[in-house]
Amino acid sequence: MYKILKAEKLADKIYLMDVEAPRVAKHCEPGQFVIVKMDEKGERIPLTICDYDREAGTITIVFQEVGASTMKMAKMQAGDSFRDFIGPLGCPSEFVEEDIESLKNKKMLFVAGGVGAAPVYPQVKWLKEHGIDVDVIVGSKTKDMLILEKEMEAVAGNYYPCTDDGTYGHAGMVTTKIEKLVEEGNKYDVCVAIGPMIMMKFTCLLTKKLEIPTIVSMNPIMVDGTGMCGACRVIVGGEVKFACVDGPEFDGHLVDFDNAMKRQQMYRTEEGRAILKVQEGDTHHGGCGNCGGDN
Amino acid sequence: MADVLKRVPVREQDAKERATNFEEVCYGYNKEEAMEEATRCLNCKNAKCIEGCPVAINIPGFISQVKEGNIEEAYKVIGESSALPAICGRVCPQESQCECKCIRGIKGDPVSIGKLERFVADYALEHDIKPVKAEKTNGHKVAVIGSGPSGLTCAGDLAKLGYEVTVFEALHELGGVLVYGIPEFRLPKHKVVKKEIEKVKELGVKFETNVVIGKSTTIDQLMEEEEFEAVFIGSGAGLPMFMGIPGETANGVFSANEYLTRSNLMKAFDDSYDTPIVAGKKVAVVGGGNVAMDAARTALRLGAEVHIVYRRSEAELPARVEEVHHAKEEGVIFDLLTNPKEILVDDNGWVKGMKVIKMELGEPDASGRRRPVEIEGSEYEIELDTVIMSLGTSPNPLIASTTKGLETNRRKCIVAEEENGQTSKAAVFAGGDAVTGAATVILAMGAGKAGAKGIHELLSK
Repeated sequence: MYKILKAEKLADKIYLMDVEAPRVAKHCEPGQFVIVKMDEKGERIPLTICDYDREAGTITIVFQEVGASTMKMAKMQAGDSFRDFIGPLGCPSEFVEEDIESLKNKKMLFVAGGVGAAPVYPQVKWLKEHGIDVDVIVGSKTKDMLILEKEMEAVAGNYYPCTDDGTYGHAGMVTTKIEKLVEEGNKYDVCVAIGPMIMMKFTCLLTKKLEIPTIVSMNPIMVDGTGMCGACRVIVGGEVKFACVDGPEFDGHLVDFDNAMKRQQMYRTEEGRAILKVQEGDTHHGGCGNCGGDN
Repeated sequence: MADVLKRVPVREQDAKERATNFEEVCYGYNKEEAMEEATRCLNCKNAKCIEGCPVAINIPGFISQVKEGNIEEAYKVIGESSALPAICGRVCPQESQCECKCIRGIKGDPVSIGKLERFVADYALEHDIKPVKAEKTNGHKVAVIGSGPSGLTCAGDLAKLGYEVTVFEALHELGGVLVYGIPEFRLPKHKVVKKEIEKVKELGVKFETNVVIGKSTTIDQLMEEEEFEAVFIGSGAGLPMFMGIPGETANGVFSANEYLTRSNLMKAFDDSYDTPIVAGKKVAVVGGGNVAMDAARTALRLGAEVHIVYRRSEAELPARVEEVHHAKEEGVIFDLLTNPKEILVDDNGWVKGMKVIKMELGEPDASGRRRPVEIEGSEYEIELDTVIMSLGTSPNPLIASTTKGLETNRRKCIVAEEENGQTSKAAVFAGGDAVTGAATVILAMGAGKAGAKGIHELLSK
């Protein structure tokens, strides 16, 4: 069992938890993820590592309520435990292996969308700890949905919040902020974009035009996450890659986002049904007209 | 008196009935039936059946105990060679191992060795007969990676010799392919696999789940920081292979590994579990091995019309005869000498069908089997909503890529000596699918045994 030491709501439907997982905390690096399983009958859910404390043996996870399982998970409190907590999975970000001195000569731009701020944070923090300042754009729909602002500001060289509705920071999508920074004369050697698939797609379309090499972190459907089932396959440069062992980070200019987005929809009907089950409990008898009432 | 040339028939769940549930197909022998079948054994002095068994169980020895009704004694005889008899009695290809060597088989049916083994093992599970434990530990620490057939066998053998063994499992359940791969209706998880693993625990073996070696820690760290003196790698097969035909990334195309993992490990067939599965209404399973049969029979039980699409003929099906027979009985349709050309996709990115081509058998190829050749102009389309690719796997890269000095071959399998499991790295041994590529449970167990022998030779020096 893996105990939750802290559980906190960061914004509407977005939660943060500190979980005791010494083996994971000892070995994880920026760019990697974990899989959690709440209980005997739960799903294996891949989640971002937002932070880690090697000495305390804890991992910080951040997740958004998107389906029945994450809705259930949001109800867990400090003191509760996950039945299973597996990781770190996937490959660390490339820069972890790179020569620090040559990294120092690179100008890096991080672009986070929504909960994407969570996986971006440990990367920016790691670079800061190695003496490298980077620019960070964090976008969200509205001011209230912006997460980890204080933390990000503390580790970023320049921090640029953006909101779609203009309630805070730069008004508009993250892509318009990238354009603006480049127009202002900023030159970037590499961009790391993490967030919803659609945001990564449009960021990549832009950075391709701007000729900035871009790394994205894919979050496809996964089952085991250890290189066995093949559910997480993504097309990169025309080749089938497995996000759990080959990724999750890939060259964003080579990723087939349209295919990835279609694949993400695969269980939408089942998932919608499962959410209704949770929300309506025993009163769910197919009144929705969609599911035929499977209770 | 029963016909001595014929084996005592085994009771099975009715094919129509079982095609709609996940209960075990074969009921196995009861004591009376087992004792009767045991009388057919000729107790050969030079027992060929033992040669056919990858773990060399003293087959006539245990059968003669069954004949006398001494089931506990029979269990002890099997236990000298095998830690997982309830599993092997169910999933071993006996017809090409012990049973095909049986002298009875020359004129009639060979002795039903697999079913007898299963009966003895089930009896031991029901009556909670404990395996014989080492009197005291010898203080040597050994790590075993993977709790599938090779790992469990290696761990069990070493524990019996007094080693302090810890098994590291990447998934959240113990058993490897026994829990994620082989379906409930062939190998019950709770009744058989879990209990059989309990017996390995009773030997003193420790288990740690959710540890992905190569990620959560590495082999070098296990040896340097956690003081394991030797390591056995039984990490199993790896990533699924695909055909590389158009449409293969469409929604509704799964690897057999994914389909089976959802149903077996995550129990998606049971509504009270949260993991979803796309059951499919009309499903094609591409491939002809045991895994293809398992996937087909799973889809059938989830309510689909299921077609096996295989490019050679029935004689070349790599699956066990019994599995093919069961699949047919249950209503799986075999489209033989047929090969997919393209998966047809609808506007929403979902499978809507498959273009296939008829094949004929030509000259024998390198494998000795007649090579399937396309019949020109014979393409046609079949309507489908789900395609399950069951084409085999390629080795998982996690361990090989994170262990210094561990040699792999051209196919990326770990290189290990057959006789003792020794790899290119000192004190590191390996066996099972990680070494051979996808094979059978019993071959992996044989490799686990060899690894245990190799480790014992090293550490008892």
